Amino acid sequence: MAILLAVWFVCSYVLGIFLVEPLNGTRIGGFPLGFWFAHQGSIYVFIVLILVYAATMDRLDRRYGVD
Amino acid sequence: MNVQAWTYLIVTATFALYIGIAWWSRVRTTSGFYVAGRGVPAVANGMATGADWMSAASFISMAGLISFMGYTGTIYLMGWTGGYVLLALLLAPYLRKYGKFTTSEFVGDRYYSDAARLVAAACTIFVSFTYIAGQMRGVGVVFSRFLEVEVHWGVIIGVVIVFFYAVLGGMRGITYTQVAQYCVLIVAFLIPAAAISWKITGNPIPQFGFGGTVQEGQQAGVFLLEALDALHRELRLPEYTAAFVPGKKSMIDVTAIALALMVGTAGLPHVLVRFYTVRSARAARWSALWALVFIGLLYTTAPAVAAFARVNLISTLHNSSYSEVPEWFKSWETTGLISFDDQNGDGIIDMSDGANELTVDQDIMVLANPEIAELPAWVVALVAAGGLAAALSTAAGLLLVIASAISHDIGKSILWKDMSSRRELLLARVTASVAVVVAAYFGISPPGFVAQVVAFAFGLAASSFFPVLVLGIFTRTTTKEGAIAGMSSGILFTGAYIVYFRLIRPDATAEDWLFGISPEGIGSVGMLINFALALIVSRFTKPPPDEVQQLVSEIRLPRERAAESA
Repeated sequence: MAILLAVWFVCSYVLGIFLVEPLNGTRIGGFPLGFWFAHQGSIYVFIVLILVYAATMDRLDRRYGVD
Repeated sequence: MNVQAWTYLIVTATFALYIGIAWWSRVRTTSGFYVAGRGVPAVANGMATGADWMSAASFISMAGLISFMGYTGTIYLMGWTGGYVLLALLLAPYLRKYGKFTTSEFVGDRYYSDAARLVAAACTIFVSFTYIAGQMRGVGVVFSRFLEVEVHWGVIIGVVIVFFYAVLGGMRGITYTQVAQYCVLIVAFLIPAAAISWKITGNPIPQFGFGGTVQEGQQAGVFLLEALDALHRELRLPEYTAAFVPGKKSMIDVTAIALALMVGTAGLPHVLVRFYTVRSARAARWSALWALVFIGLLYTTAPAVAAFARVNLISTLHNSSYSEVPEWFKSWETTGLISFDDQNGDGIIDMSDGANELTVDQDIMVLANPEIAELPAWVVALVAAGGLAAALSTAAGLLLVIASAISHDIGKSILWKDMSSRRELLLARVTASVAVVVAAYFGISPPGFVAQVVAFAFGLAASSFFPVLVLGIFTRTTTKEGAIAGMSSGILFTGAYIVYFRLIRPDATAEDWLFGISPEGIGSVGMLINFALALIVSRFTKPPPDEVQQLVSEIRLPRERAAESA
């Protein structure tokens, strides 16, 4: 879980806010990269994070016979 | 059929649908009323959470706000979605595992104190009422713009509908109408978005069109965002995609606001209570995922709509003659949402910085989108129904939270401990009805401070609830004294800072702010104060009784076992 929270922090704050200016120098298609993280990427990453968490917890629950 | 006839038809049809669902799902037990009998499937709860969460502001105003803010709009995009990660990982499953009906109840039990519970219930009621007034206003505004009904009649119609399904159906009625409302609002948002994306970039998927190239006009073949930056340079405005340039918010401020909104989302009582309605902790995790998927659908589309609308607005209106403006301009001019003040008297619209002659209300970016994209009348009507769905669903969720805070947290557990559950259900219905009427009054004649306060409800929730809940779940030794000290200092600091800079010194600039953090973002500092004080005070007070420490271990059981064997 600590790892997931670290990814949460990196994608939203580091890539989307702290490093947005240097990242904007790089373009992917029509997007400046930092801007893309701030307006689109971070949301996709959030969804994937919860997906990974929910799946991991399901596995743990099954392994220890909870639920 | 014209726009108005279509609007009447679609709005009436959706309202009939909501009432039908409410009748089908009416309830007779307190468990049904407060938490829908805990039988809501994860996907349905995800949709209901989406509708509950996305208010009139998300649907009508957000894309327009982003459109004017450019990069800085990320505070809303990230701030209002990132909180779900915190919610799914740190709160929802554990609160669901603990059970019971309300979040205040958890606070009261975990901190073995009726005082803590009362403080939590009072915060719930305060946060929810500030929020609900805005929703009712939203209902009235949609009615008045699309149906030409007076605002107060619009509010009254909305109130009658909400009254019907919230009082009759309780949480069960609300949940299933919210599922229907989510479908209405997302369709209403996506159709015009896809159409405008198709029109400007030739790609019907807004998320891709956003990074695509402009199709027609002088800038054909240029990437949309580059074209937009160029238009901004022409108007002597900061570039749309530029981050912390003069004229936009500073890095620390953006960080603080995004954090306050995320943490505030995770601490909002009407969102938390949705996770009490599912079957298990496991279902709570999955429904957090579904909720964010459904919310993300709108939140990844909104920034694209913002950019399309901005390009479209500038390229059609800047430097064009007022006598030749498109028809949608004329029709929205009568509502006062867009107006032209010809300062130099040349009849040409100038939008450049310093000489701007055009005033545009942010709401027009979504409301007028279908007309700008030249879509048929029924799509315009659908947008009206979508705005109503967004406002009504949020209002209903808030009403229920207020009703349960009063009847369950204050009535049943503090005032009349021996009340039967039939009496409690009756009390819950009566408080819900009273709350509806109060909300309607706020919607018709909003007290001046409401608009000011709504945006800050998040800061208040962030600085009061979130730290206490997280510490309550993840530490065994946080004490009652620590929690009360933390909650009250956090909310007092945040509240005082907001009041000082909004009401006493509204003209203050960034230099006067603490670390350059605006009142919108100060909730994150309040949250840190709350955490710090709660931990420090807990060290110096008597540790919690054994049964409370036991309770904390039990809530986290599945994880605990995994950790021990690892």
